[in-house]
Amino acid sequence: MNAIDNKWIGRRTIRPDGADKVTGRAGYAADNSMPGMIWGKVLRSPHPHAMIRGINTARAEALPGVKAVVTAKDIVDFPLDKSVMLGIQDMRWMCRNVMAREKALFHGHPVAAVAATTEEIAAEACKLIEVEYEVLPHVIEIEDAIMADAPILHDFLRHEGKPSNIAATMVNKLGDVDAGFAEADIIIERSFKTRPVHQGYIEPHACTVSCTADGKATIWSSSQGQFMVRAMTSLLTGIPQSNIRAIPAEIGGGFGAKTIIYLEPLAVLLSKKSGRPVKMVMSREEVFRGTGPTSGSMSTVKIGAKKDGTIVAAQGTFYLQAGGLPGSPLRGPVGCSFAPYDIPNVLSVGYDVVSNRSKVAAYRAPGAPLGAYATECVMDELAEALKIDPLELRLKNTARPGTKAAYGVVFGSITFEDTVKAIRNHPHYSAPLDRAPAKGVVRGRGVASGFWFNAAGESSAQVNITEDGNVTVTTGHPDVGGSRASIANVTAELLGIEHKRISVLIGDTASIGFSNLTGGSRVTFASAMVVTQSTEKVIGQLKERAARIWKIDPEAVVWSDGAARPAGANAGQFPPLTLKDLAAKANEMGGPIGAGIQLTTVGADPGFATHVVGVEVDVELGIVRVLRYTAAQDVGRALHPDYVEGQIQGGVVQGIGWALAEEYLFDKQGRLDNASFLDYRMPVCSDVPMIEPVVLEIPNPKHPQGVRGAGEAPIVPPLAAISNAVHDALGKRFYSLPMSPPKVLAALDG
Amino acid sequence: MTDIRYLAPRTLDEAVGAFAASQGAARILAGGTDLLVQMRNGAVRPGTIIDIKKITELTSIEEAADGGFRIGAAVSGAALAEHPRFGRVWPGVLEAVNLIGSTQVQGRASPGGNLCNASPAGDSVPALVAAGAVVTVQGPKGRRQVAVEAVPAGPGRTNLGPGEIVVSFTLPPRPEGSGDAYLRMTPRTEMDIAVVGVGVSLTLRDGVVAAARVGLGAVAPTVLLVADAARALIGSRLDEAAVHAAAAACRAACNPIDDKRGTIAYRTRVAGVLLQRAVAIAAERAGRV
Ligand SMILES: Cc1cc2nc3c(=O)[nH]c(=O)nc-3n(C[C@H](O)[C@H](O)[C@H](O)COP(=O)(O)OP(=O)(O)OC[C@H]3O[C@@H](n4cnc5c(N)ncnc54)[C@H](O)[C@@H]3O)c2cc1C
Repeated sequence: MNAIDNKWIGRRTIRPDGADKVTGRAGYAADNSMPGMIWGKVLRSPHPHAMIRGINTARAEALPGVKAVVTAKDIVDFPLDKSVMLGIQDMRWMCRNVMAREKALFHGHPVAAVAATTEEIAAEACKLIEVEYEVLPHVIEIEDAIMADAPILHDFLRHEGKPSNIAATMVNKLGDVDAGFAEADIIIERSFKTRPVHQGYIEPHACTVSCTADGKATIWSSSQGQFMVRAMTSLLTGIPQSNIRAIPAEIGGGFGAKTIIYLEPLAVLLSKKSGRPVKMVMSREEVFRGTGPTSGSMSTVKIGAKKDGTIVAAQGTFYLQAGGLPGSPLRGPVGCSFAPYDIPNVLSVGYDVVSNRSKVAAYRAPGAPLGAYATECVMDELAEALKIDPLELRLKNTARPGTKAAYGVVFGSITFEDTVKAIRNHPHYSAPLDRAPAKGVVRGRGVASGFWFNAAGESSAQVNITEDGNVTVTTGHPDVGGSRASIANVTAELLGIEHKRISVLIGDTASIGFSNLTGGSRVTFASAMVVTQSTEKVIGQLKERAARIWKIDPEAVVWSDGAARPAGANAGQFPPLTLKDLAAKANEMGGPIGAGIQLTTVGADPGFATHVVGVEVDVELGIVRVLRYTAAQDVGRALHPDYVEGQIQGGVVQGIGWALAEEYLFDKQGRLDNASFLDYRMPVCSDVPMIEPVVLEIPNPKHPQGVRGAGEAPIVPPLAAISNAVHDALGKRFYSLPMSPPKVLAALDG
Repeated sequence: MTDIRYLAPRTLDEAVGAFAASQGAARILAGGTDLLVQMRNGAVRPGTIIDIKKITELTSIEEAADGGFRIGAAVSGAALAEHPRFGRVWPGVLEAVNLIGSTQVQGRASPGGNLCNASPAGDSVPALVAAGAVVTVQGPKGRRQVAVEAVPAGPGRTNLGPGEIVVSFTLPPRPEGSGDAYLRMTPRTEMDIAVVGVGVSLTLRDGVVAAARVGLGAVAPTVLLVADAARALIGSRLDEAAVHAAAAACRAACNPIDDKRGTIAYRTRVAGVLLQRAVAIAAERAGRV
């Protein structure tokens, strides 16, 4: 548990970016403007599937006020036969996603972009672009896309030797499932469906770009990684990375979807052509039509167990929607679904299915929730059939340190068991349940668990002592969840000074070393690690300076409570030298004080979560409401409890939306029918109860403060937990999401 | 963007004059919570905007000596909620008006705008229909009075003539033993649009329904007055059979569309459920023991 003598770590300090955000002063991507700036707009395909036979931009270019027009031919082409990877993104798909090349693959796919002196002229010019389409039959849903006679999106994709919309297969295997199932006393096999859901960030994608005549580009945009913005823009425009400076704005939510770009390369090309700074801002409708969401899915999970609940085999088949271009998060369901359990025989297979909808983007624990939905619902049925408490069933099969997971690793310091016990011992789990509080109203309770890999990877930090003896810390990570506040706490703790004397900043690509994406629940883990190492170097310098002033050995100096103090034989011989004292003497004693670290961090062990939820169903209207929600998770150490709790609560709320309300609806023409927050029903505050996080702090031995990634595991269990609770209330199981009122009512009637 | 003229007349005559003179190129602005949204998404492009919030008659609430109320068409939901008496006499109408949007929207949104926007899902309209509200309209040819339910003509269309402005709603005096209620079904608890909305107004005498009106929203091209449902209730003691008959009348009146917001089957079913629930609340407010 947390060391109680920490002065700053674990304290709810005021977040450094808080005042600006609540007073409306924080600079988000769309808040930037520049002298001479013009506006970019995207022309989008009106067809879900069409060959592009020709594009004539002459009339648009002739419109007064239009300064530049770009199409796919202005973007670097990555030929289909050769994969070029940037992280997990294949540039063949990225270049075709930012601008349709041979084909428009979904309704809303960009086909051209215009920059003009006003937004209205740019919009007008878009209408003047003549695109010659050859409309093709389209396919939207997975079950249709995998039919033998389905319209094929990409001729180059083959599955089992034939042209197919199945773009890729992923297999995780452990032991022999057939032999395993042969040993089972009971086997439960069920099929499930989930709908694509959007990440639903409040800030639409936006950027301002200025290209100079000497070929240098500066990009202001909000993203989950300024270095990703730089690298991807470089690949798509051909401008070397050294000539691109990406400056991160405050980010108004990303949840994974801002780990890729849409507008930046278009704005760069428009700015380059026009010689003017270009600003582009998506409307909410464009965000819905053209970005994200995460995959919808079709899956089958089969679990075999002995009478005593010992699971002997598990099999999962997961079909995921990729959108118009390959790349759904197969690793999520394939790798995570069975990871909480010690199962000797596992076969987990995922299929990446393309269809005529926008290309999916990462969403919080990409793919894991839809896999856990299937597995954790089957676990619930298994517990019911075996008459075992569902949490006891999980404990009986819990993965432990040393368990081999089907995705290939042997677990290190994992703590799944502790999350299950935390829920089992929580008053919520044993609270009396009034099953029928009123006429037409029933209540139930459900549990589910979840797993997420977590990530480490490249991070950089620079810690500088200012001339007046205060501190600036710069990292390379956009702060999506309060990471600056956590870093301030860590630095204050290490230096032994008031946290207000530390200013935590996010560097742009020219001012800090390479730092990988804010994603994978890695930022607090990795940046606390590099900041710790940088600060320790700074403390080393400070001790050295003090030693020099005192003319003693640096080893004979300790740093404590914000000052260098003589130690050992010299203890008490000299008055302590504070940070301010040493900063004042910095110049004469060897120059500026500061240190940076650039590191590929390791040691992010996986995260687990177990949740219990109480629901109420209005059986006359089909409405499911969440009444109480308790979420247990091991976070290693909560550097700043508010932001750990916020991550858990946020993940759960997104899971509630996924389970009960959110879905993409398409019309017969293959167009998204609910491209607005009115009809894409994300929960609002009054739809969810106060979510109680149970924060376990079992320090991760591989991290200086004991941190374990926290941001993604909490979205994994809710889909199944709510589904299991609805079953508990109604005695009826749902096998598809969302459990929206018309669906619930129809099921109750049927 | 083309230039827009903005007028904020202080008298109704000026407003009607300007509105009529514009020959259809002008739009009335009350709270603007529909109009500005529609202008932004390009659905309407008025040449002139006539703001009616500076006209006293449109922004005042009066309680007549006989207990009836006159509400200016441009009164905001928040202003209506602050009236010391209105919500006690017409709790159902008030809750319908106050369901519109959020706290921010309530500071602007008006019942006149809700009616003239002519959405079949407008929340205040079924409650006003149930209340038997009468609308005063003024146009180039003078004043006239019409029942609330006669104003909408179809989604986004009204029966108002050229240059006509809705001035106010008149709600009749409330006999002893009266109560009203409005319920809507939305998947979300807030910030949503009614999938079905039901307004019920009742007057009970010795436990027997002496008068009843039922308004039904979001299940047909316009908000409906469901006379059959009222007939089923009148004369009854709100026994199960009567309420079921009224619910069946509501279901029968439904002529909804299947869309992203609800299926035909769902809307029809829910209309009956909400009727029963709204009747129970209205009856309790009417003092049923
Ligand atoms: C965020 C949000 C949430 C909303 N939620 C709801 C909701 O829950 N339920 C609901 O029913 N509505 C909702 N609405 C829609 C809107 O707020 C209501 O319809 C509101 O009552 C409109 O009133 P207003 O005064 O703002 O109308 P305005 O926008 O000013 O006018 C609406 C229309 O009526 C015309 N008009 C207005 N007054 C008159 C008049 N006196 N005579 C003639 N024509 C007139 C205008 O020209 C315009 O065409 C919501 C809107 C927003 C933006």
